[in-house]
Amino acid sequence: LIYCYRKPKTKRAKRFLEKREPKLNENTKNAMLIKGGNANLTVTEVLKDIYAVKKPFAVLYKRKNVTRPFEDQTSLEFFSKKSDCSLFLFGSHSKKRPNNLIIGRMFDYHVLDMIELGVEKFVSLKDIKNSKCPEGTKPMLIFAGDMFDVSEEYRRLKSLLIDFFRGPTVPSIRLAGLEYVLHFTAVDGKIYMRSYKVLLKKSGCKIPRIELEEMGPSLDLVLRRTHLASDDLYKLSLKQPKGLKPKKKKNISHDVFGTTYGRLHMQKQDLSKLQTRKMKGLKKRPAEKSAEDGGATPKKSKSA
Amino acid sequence: MAAVRVEAVLAAAEEQEAEKWRSITVEKELELEYDLGNLLAVDRNPPPAAALRGAGPRREALLQALARDNTQLLVSRLWELPAERAGGAGGPLVAQLPEPTFRLPREKPPPKPRPPTRWEQFARLKGIRRKKKTSLVWDEQAKEWRRRWGYRRAGGDPSRAWLAEVPAGADPEEDQFARLRREKRERVARNELNRLRNLARAHRAGSAVPAAPLHPTGHQDRDELRRVANVARVSTASLGRFQPRLPKEPAEPPSRSGGKKRRFEPLLGNLAAERSRQLELLRDMGKKKPVLDITRAVNKQLRQEEAEAAAANKGKKQSKRGKRGRRQQRPGRSGKKSAARRQPQQQKAAGGGTGG
Repeated sequence: LIYCYRKPKTKRAKRFLEKREPKLNENTKNAMLIKGGNANLTVTEVLKDIYAVKKPFAVLYKRKNVTRPFEDQTSLEFFSKKSDCSLFLFGSHSKKRPNNLIIGRMFDYHVLDMIELGVEKFVSLKDIKNSKCPEGTKPMLIFAGDMFDVSEEYRRLKSLLIDFFRGPTVPSIRLAGLEYVLHFTAVDGKIYMRSYKVLLKKSGCKIPRIELEEMGPSLDLVLRRTHLASDDLYKLSLKQPKGLKPKKKKNISHDVFGTTYGRLHMQKQDLSKLQTRKMKGLKKRPAEKSAEDGGATPKKSKSA
Repeated sequence: MAAVRVEAVLAAAEEQEAEKWRSITVEKELELEYDLGNLLAVDRNPPPAAALRGAGPRREALLQALARDNTQLLVSRLWELPAERAGGAGGPLVAQLPEPTFRLPREKPPPKPRPPTRWEQFARLKGIRRKKKTSLVWDEQAKEWRRRWGYRRAGGDPSRAWLAEVPAGADPEEDQFARLRREKRERVARNELNRLRNLARAHRAGSAVPAAPLHPTGHQDRDELRRVANVARVSTASLGRFQPRLPKEPAEPPSRSGGKKRRFEPLLGNLAAERSRQLELLRDMGKKKPVLDITRAVNKQLRQEEAEAAAANKGKKQSKRGKRGRRQQRPGRSGKKSAARRQPQQQKAAGGGTGG
């Protein structure tokens, strides 16, 4: 907003621009779900299901866009700039790469990482006749398998998946509302993504027993091509500004025993005008007062 | 008999306890890694690859069992967080999540502080601070509190002003209303120009500007043009030595480094020049009148001190000097020039003296 060549003329425009400018604490990342020039039914269904999971932090584009992300990223960057989305999921289909999904993220409206995955099996939300959890539930994410740490590509894929499905960062959650869990298993060069609805059953103690019910979309994915950001660009994108560090509170100290001490700084007080407790017994009675005065003056006259 | 029964009862109770705990405990080889801020758990145990190879319901069941175990562990951890009842006693149980620890890249680079505008620099130098203005102003004519500007402002609607006085020294035939309108337009245009200039300066300071284009672009400022002109002068085959010069420009071309590198005379060079220089130095030392213009130096020092003080007391105290402190002796403008003029004259005289 500060670098704006054209100043916004209405408050609404100003709010719009302020939402998009770089901030210390960023907004939740939005995802854009795009269909390629030759997207088939499977891929379209996948995009629709992921949109249902990621609502309201996702945008589903209805029309087909004839682009190839791995060759030319300008059109993706243009979309990202227009809709202020930093995550994208591009679906396409061809004989060489059937049921293709390209999942990626942006940094400063330029492509940071892109990973191409092939969908081998897909079970949609509609096919599983169960009760679903409400829209916008923050999912629990679980990654199983040592493959996610061994290879760099899998590590980036894990980071990308966390970024994609994380949802808004909240300071507290309702414990009974933990209903949705996304489980990713990496085995044998394949990645199995399963979504379950969590049922909390009574166990003898405070912590409930978990029962799972298969719910939402389940995908069997295969890693194809990758376009990962160079190390220095990745490091630059990870950099957090200094302002986010928690501020130290002044005038508060703790001692060894765990007692918290605070310091108050007072202004100088006029001690003669202090309001102290009134002790009725020490109050001067009128008889004493006159006696004092009477007593005082003869002394003076004597000396004089 | 009773003892045996008691023991049996105790054993049964223990088994029941164990049963309870068994329902929520999960055995894992490696502990999971948790990031509770993100509701994330990472399981590094290698999954049973052989069992998962065969497609079909068996695989699904295995995956579900694995997921159930991992979810149980994660939920146990979450339930151990400090929780409270939100919204009174009957409200839902809410747990306080810690900060997320998994490092994810940002969406956009962190915001850069913008460089101060020309006015902001001046205000910082002088120690001028913003005066908080009241939003409402008392309007005497309407006898009520009105806005400072905008709809129904305090001074009345400026477009309905029916009287415009002719100022003292103005042309009686001039249209005053037109003059006011023209001046307002000029003020707005100047404001906009200054804003764009500040923006351009900030943008230039932010990004490393590539070298200025050598052809005229139409919107270059004074400094850029000077730089470009210097480059153009030196871009001849003889490196600018025989270029025609303006009447008051110095004879030798200005050095490319702009006078930053020190040049030393050769040790056994021009004896006459050396002698004259030494004599001149002695003369200056013996003079009563100082070579340095004291007023100018003092003012410079004062201004520097002021700038430092303003920067140091930023936000604490207002500098009390204001305008009056600065209104000291104004420097004699010709101070440096007169000193410069004196020196070549003396040099000539000395050269003449030694030569002759």
